[in-house]
Order: sequence, then C-alpha cells, then structure tokens
Amino acid sequence: MKQRVQPRTLFICLTFLCLLAVWLSLALGPVSLPLTDILRAGLRLLGMPIDRTGLEQAELILGQIRLPRTLLGLAVGAVLALSGVAMQGLFRNPLADPGLVGVASGAALGAAVAIVGGAWLGGIPEWFAPYLLSLCAFIGGLGVTALVYRLGRRNGQTDVATMLLAGIAMTALGGSAVGLFTYLADDATLRTLTFWNLGSLNGASYERLWPLLLVALGVTLWLPRRAQALNALLLGESEARHLGIDVEGLKRELVFCTALGVGAAVAAAGLIGFIGLVVPHLVRLVAGPDHRVLLPASLLAGGTLLLFADLVARLALAPAELPIGIVTAFIGAPFFLFLLVRRGR
Amino acid sequence: MLEVKGLSLKRGSTEVLHGIDLHLRPGQVLGVLGPNGAGKSSLLGALCGELAPSQGHVLLQGRALAHWPGQERARRLAVLPQVSSLGFAFSVEEVVGLGRLPHGSGQQRDREIVEAALKAADAWHLVERSYLALSGGERQRVHLARVLAQLWPGEEGATLLLDEPTSALDPLHQHTTLQAVRSFADRGAAVLVILHDLNLAARYCDAILLLEQGRSHALDTPARVLTPQALKAVFGIDVLVQAHPERGHPLIITR
Repeated sequence: MKQRVQPRTLFICLTFLCLLAVWLSLALGPVSLPLTDILRAGLRLLGMPIDRTGLEQAELILGQIRLPRTLLGLAVGAVLALSGVAMQGLFRNPLADPGLVGVASGAALGAAVAIVGGAWLGGIPEWFAPYLLSLCAFIGGLGVTALVYRLGRRNGQTDVATMLLAGIAMTALGGSAVGLFTYLADDATLRTLTFWNLGSLNGASYERLWPLLLVALGVTLWLPRRAQALNALLLGESEARHLGIDVEGLKRELVFCTALGVGAAVAAAGLIGFIGLVVPHLVRLVAGPDHRVLLPASLLAGGTLLLFADLVARLALAPAELPIGIVTAFIGAPFFLFLLVRRGR
Repeated sequence: MLEVKGLSLKRGSTEVLHGIDLHLRPGQVLGVLGPNGAGKSSLLGALCGELAPSQGHVLLQGRALAHWPGQERARRLAVLPQVSSLGFAFSVEEVVGLGRLPHGSGQQRDREIVEAALKAADAWHLVERSYLALSGGERQRVHLARVLAQLWPGEEGATLLLDEPTSALDPLHQHTTLQAVRSFADRGAAVLVILHDLNLAARYCDAILLLEQGRSHALDTPARVLTPQALKAVFGIDVLVQAHPERGHPLIITR
C-alpha cells in the first residue's frame, strides 16, 4: 500500500500553508503591506493601544478590504470543502461535488429569486437583505439536494448515475430560471446577478460575512462528530445500519449541512465550483479516506486553496480582477478529467 | 439467539416467504439451502431487519428486532452481505476496524481483535494492503473478518448472519472460512449461513433449512434433510447420498 502521510505531519503542513495564504492575502494587492504593518494594524484592530502614526492607510486597507475578504475566502473554501466531503460520503462516490449534483445551482436560483424578487417587492429593510439572500440560497440548495437525492433512489439504494444525471437536469433547470430572472432584472440587479454567477470575493463586507461565519462554525463543529458514521456509511447503507448507525438520521444531517453550507457560501460569494471536489480528493490522496482526518484537513485545505485561487484572481490581470469562479473552474475541471481517466485504468 | 415465528414476507405483491418458523440457538450453525429465487436472501433480509415482514415476527434474544437500539443490536447481531461496494482506499486494517464501531472498547483492545479476526479469516497477511487493491475473494474474507470483529470473540448471545460467504473463494478458503465460522459457533455464537454447496453445508452445519419457493421444505439435521428425494424435489437434480468415508456426514454425489 502507498505510504500515507501521518495526520500530525499533514496538519502541521496545512496550518503552515494556511498561515502563508492568509499572510499573502493580507499583504498583496494594489498596495503591498509589509508584515510588520499587518501585525501592528491587526493588533490595533483587536483593540491594542498601538501608536497610529504611519498606520492609517494599512489599518484602513486591512480593516475595510483585505481582512473581510480573507475571512470570506477562508470560510467559503472551508465550507465548500466540507460540503464536498459530506456529498461524497452521502453518495458514497468520490466524484460527487456540490456543483455537479445541482446543489450550487439551486442555491444560485434561490439567490436570484432573493435579488430580483427583493428588488421588485422593494421595502425590504436594509439590514434584512443579506439574510434574505442567505435564507433563499439555503432553501434553494436544500430543495435541490433533497430532490436529486430522492430521484437517485432505487429500491433503497442510491443510484449514482441517476443522481448525477438528475443533477445535470437540475443544473440546467436552475440555469434557465436564473436566466429568466436575468432577463427580467433591471440594470442594477443585473450587475449583482452576473456577479453571483461568476463568483467573487470582491466587495466582501462584514454584513455578508456574519451568516456565513455562523454556518461555517456550525458545520465545522457538527460534521467531525459524524466522522466514524461517515466511514461506516462508505461500506453501504445497510452495512452501516448493521453497525448500529442511524443511517436515515445521518443522511438527513448530511443533506442539511450541505444545503446550509453551500447555500451560505453561494449567498456570500456566488458560484465557486470544484473546491468541493478537488480538496477532499487531494487530502485522500495524501492521507487516506478516514473521515476523522479527512474532515478537519479538508477544512484547512479548502480555505487555503480558495485564498490562493483568490490571489491568482486578484493578481493575474492586475489592476483588473478575474472572477474567482473562473480560476477554480480552470484548475478544477482538468483535475476532474484527470481523475476520470485515472479511475478508468 | 434468534427466534422466528410464522414469518411471511411480500415484495411488491408477490409473497416471497411464507410461514417460516425457526430457532437459531447458541452454538449452532444453521445452513440455508435452496435454488435461486427460493427466498434465501429475503429470509436473511427479514432476519436482520432490512425487510419488514408482512406477518409473523423475529425476536433477537426474546426482543423484537425493531425494539433494539441500533448500537446495542449491532453488538449482538452482525450481517455479512453477498456483495459490498466500498469504493474508497481504506486499508484492510481500517475496514476490519469498522466492525468495532458499536463497541468503544478502546484502541488497544480493538487492534488485538482486528488481528485475531483477520487471522481467523486467513487474511492477516493483507492487513497493510489497500482494500481496493484486493481480489474479490480477498475482499470477501476481509468483510468476514469485519463481521467476526464486530462480535468477537463470539460468545453466547452473539448472532451472525452470512449470505454466501464462500461464493468468491477458492476451495481451500471455502473450508478455512467455514472452519472459522464453525469455531465461532463452538465458542457460543449462533450462526445462520446461506450456502450453495451441498457438501460444504453437510460438513459444517448442525442443521439445515431447505427452502422451496418461499416455504420451508425441511428443517433438520443434514443427514435427515439431504436425502435424494428432497434434493430431487427442491433442486430437480438426481443425486446419490453416501456417508463420508472418514467423517461420516452425508456426501452428495450427482449422478
């Protein structure tokens, strides 16, 4: 058997990479900030009494732009990666991905309904708008996950091929509905909508961050408690039942966590594909499929990878900025094809 | 210990099992034989609670299956399905270790039990391998080790249900597997095993249930069940039955 990396080594490496990504994400941009400024401004933002001279600009850039953006990137990446692990466990297939089974497009549809419908209705309190968006994205994601899962069931077994095909159909359906909303939208809403569909961490604000951080925290605390049950589920649903696992309850939790996580991530940063597929795969290649390692490692790796992707999006065509969904798809789609080819051998 | 009374089972509108009674006692290996479609796997499904009977009931240690909390039941009842579809690169040790999930007996003890179960299934040499790199027969033995580990050491009160555990095995491992099952029962476990090979059943089982179109054709010792008349009636084959020259159990020879 191929030698696996010890979990301790893996976590040390991932933590180091994660810190590196956070540092670069805070430091790089139109104005580069030296590490000392970042640390001093960061301490000031935490309320430490540090001399402000020469720090005004750094504090403004960090506090208003780069810190929320970095936190958003970490949370979105982590939640998408965890949702990927949950989906792959639920469908007992390493190629399941929140984007492939239509969850993300369901969430995007929910977001479109909230954006366009909200603009139509008007009179929605300013403070409530981000939450309405998260709520609708969540309901959209949950609805599609439940539907795809139901369609993929045959005689008590989950038929993965049917499920993937149902996911494609739901993605197309969601896409056409989003298209309809795009057609109906006025100029301002159109801009917002287009931005969702490509995905971006641009314009991160604390209002958009809160619901996502809460969800990320919840999913992060909840899923690892089910690590052993997920391991057993990979044997098969009836095998897991014979090992004393409450399989129906577990599946409900996984669907709920995925819908919640993807819904919140899509609401906060739009459609960012392939993180949920690529990250768990990379971790499994390195450390094996045990969910007790896979879940926390995917959490770290997801946040890290998304920050690096965001750096590419920000710096590749500077001063212009690529939507991050384009970057992740550009890396993720060939990786997916590579996995398909490798599996065939 | 498993008690079945008046069990009937429907799949769709067809009745696949009708009026089955049986009593699986500690220390006993009960073989289930019958042609394809006789209801063997349906019976196993009903015995482990996967399929709900339309009539009758199944009692595990005097208590209805559905009334057992999942984990407590898993400590007493283990099931080996015909095929398993594990598509992830767990090591053999991890797969067998999953059998210890219902117990919480600690890492050290679990590791000893995994080793003992793998040795019993003659798969200890595979312990470091990736499950995905194994052949069909090796996988079958690893899953056998997993269910043995789940009930280890197989004392009285443990019930093991096996669906064709020898279907992918070479002749040697057909015997080592059933020998492992036999010694499990000798320590007090109750075992029900679906088999296709009449001679293996005759050698290792204490009792045999012969199923025919969902009904019990006979339930008795191998010598009483495996008669030319019964095998002709149920399987439609002509056989000679003689005593094994060394061991004395029935030996079935097709004509």
